[in-house]
Amino acid sequence: MQAYIFRRLLALAPTLFFASLIVFVSMRLIPGDVIDLMLAQNDIATGQDRARIEAALGLDQPVYLQYFRWIGGVLQGDLGTSLWRNVPVSEQLWATLPITFELGFLALIVALTVALPIGVYSAMRQDTAGDYAARSFSLVMLAVPGFWLGTLVMVFPSVWWRWAPELEYTPFLEDPLRNLAHMIVPAILLGLSMSAVTMRMTRTMMLEVMRQDYIRTARAKGVGESLLIARHALRNGLIPVVTLIGLQAPLLIGGAVIFEQIFVVPGMGLLLLEAVFQRDYPVVSGVFLVVGVGVLLINLAVDLSYGWLDPKVRHQ
Amino acid sequence: MSEAIAAPVAPLPDASPGLLRRLVRDKPLGAAGGAVFLAFLLCGVFADALAPYGVNDTNLADRLLAPSLDYPLGTDHLGRDVFSRVLAGAQLSMMVSVLAAGLATVVSLAIGVVSGYFGGKTDMVMQRGVDAWMTFPDLVLLIVIVSVVGPGITQIVLVLGLLYGIAGSRIVRGAVVSVKENMYTHAAQSIGAGTWHTLRHHIVPNVMPVVIVLFTTRIGAVILTEAGLSFLGLGVPPPTPTWGSMLSGTGRTYMYLGPWLALAPGLCLTIVVYAVNVYGDALRDLLDPRMRGRR
Repeated sequence: MQAYIFRRLLALAPTLFFASLIVFVSMRLIPGDVIDLMLAQNDIATGQDRARIEAALGLDQPVYLQYFRWIGGVLQGDLGTSLWRNVPVSEQLWATLPITFELGFLALIVALTVALPIGVYSAMRQDTAGDYAARSFSLVMLAVPGFWLGTLVMVFPSVWWRWAPELEYTPFLEDPLRNLAHMIVPAILLGLSMSAVTMRMTRTMMLEVMRQDYIRTARAKGVGESLLIARHALRNGLIPVVTLIGLQAPLLIGGAVIFEQIFVVPGMGLLLLEAVFQRDYPVVSGVFLVVGVGVLLINLAVDLSYGWLDPKVRHQ
Repeated sequence: MSEAIAAPVAPLPDASPGLLRRLVRDKPLGAAGGAVFLAFLLCGVFADALAPYGVNDTNLADRLLAPSLDYPLGTDHLGRDVFSRVLAGAQLSMMVSVLAAGLATVVSLAIGVVSGYFGGKTDMVMQRGVDAWMTFPDLVLLIVIVSVVGPGITQIVLVLGLLYGIAGSRIVRGAVVSVKENMYTHAAQSIGAGTWHTLRHHIVPNVMPVVIVLFTTRIGAVILTEAGLSFLGLGVPPPTPTWGSMLSGTGRTYMYLGPWLALAPGLCLTIVVYAVNVYGDALRDLLDPRMRGRR
């Protein structure tokens, strides 16, 4: 297992390097006139001149030096200072990251509670009306844009029943119930949009597992159907589903941007959007980097748990 | 080729007929999806001729009217005809999706063929780059890039093309790697076929089914992503109506007075993406059974 962990970490290094290059290059692509625009937009707030913004973005040095200086800062937790609020970017990230994490976590729970039972049911009752209904539902969910679902939930309950989702954020530690009352609607919508792929995957995996010899053996021994599913099939069928959760991490974060915007959840997505509109590039690159590294770490965690769940993977 | 096989007077049941006929016979749902997408495409092409009113014609006397015979989908807060605007949205959506998916396919093919065919260090370096690129969520990557290059149709097409092109190259690469090992490729190489000849006559033609499927499945993804960007105010700038922007911005406040404003653009998005997805799935099953179940 240790060798496996080491191998995974080693494989991560080049990807991390390229990811940091992408973040770095994207910020270097800012055209010069945008700096003038930033100046026009931001100097009222902080009174900075062009040279200081260029220095803040590190544009006053040769490119390779800029990269090393930037990555050196990043490794020490220094992501620069927001041009708009004049606070360290890392501080803003620490404030917003847990909120997005909570939203993502709740959404994941919703997605799994919807997808796993329906996926298993769909596989057990292959080609019945229930199976078709479940598959159609997941195909529709793949096509419905999340922001439209969000809009519908905002508009129609309010028009029909004078009920509107809560839009005021309360920190979890202050009042957990009010916090959940706010987060639950975006979490359900985000979870539903994620559940489609998970459901399809669960169904496919269960169908594959149910055709294996050891399932036939268990059946021949006289193991009951529900025990067969719970103890024998689900355990092996779910392993690829765990990977899928890792693969869906980018989808989760992308969706979080949309739902944070609609339901005014002050997470990293909202921070990114605000920063984009304020042309606050140090914040944009900070969020960009954290999201990229976050996804890589989630995938690493998934890979490791995969090795732990399935001994075959470890020894490949 | 397929015509020649299907032509005999009494064709055998398992003779391979044209792709279109197979699609209709074996995958009626997929064929219907293709037809719906085609209908949207035509609506987009002929949007100007079909629209009963000008896209930005305001008529304050007719503000926020519910759907009626005069205004099939009602009017918005400036008295603009929603139906005409939805048609214009279709035009933009279809144009962006076909162009961006086309560009994405070309990019995927270029990266996939080079990486898969040459292998070795080239492949290693390129694939770690692709890994890193795919680490970032589509939407976040797009938001960042658009914030740097600015919004606009050309930028959106280029950025979406690049985004999905790099991500899709993995699938083309996989296909190239397997085609490369086929006996006919080795045979061609052993009688002295050069790299360019091998790629052009043996590799590329044989990965075409994968490429066609990739193009189709990308269309749905591009439509959704473009709409999401427009919704966030980072897509094609106003006054051009897009399905995404019709659901956001100032229009949002008026949806409580005119709930029909919230329906048409989202419904169109769902229908067209659903249609193109089932069509893509059907095409994949017919053309490339290996890709079944992937997305």
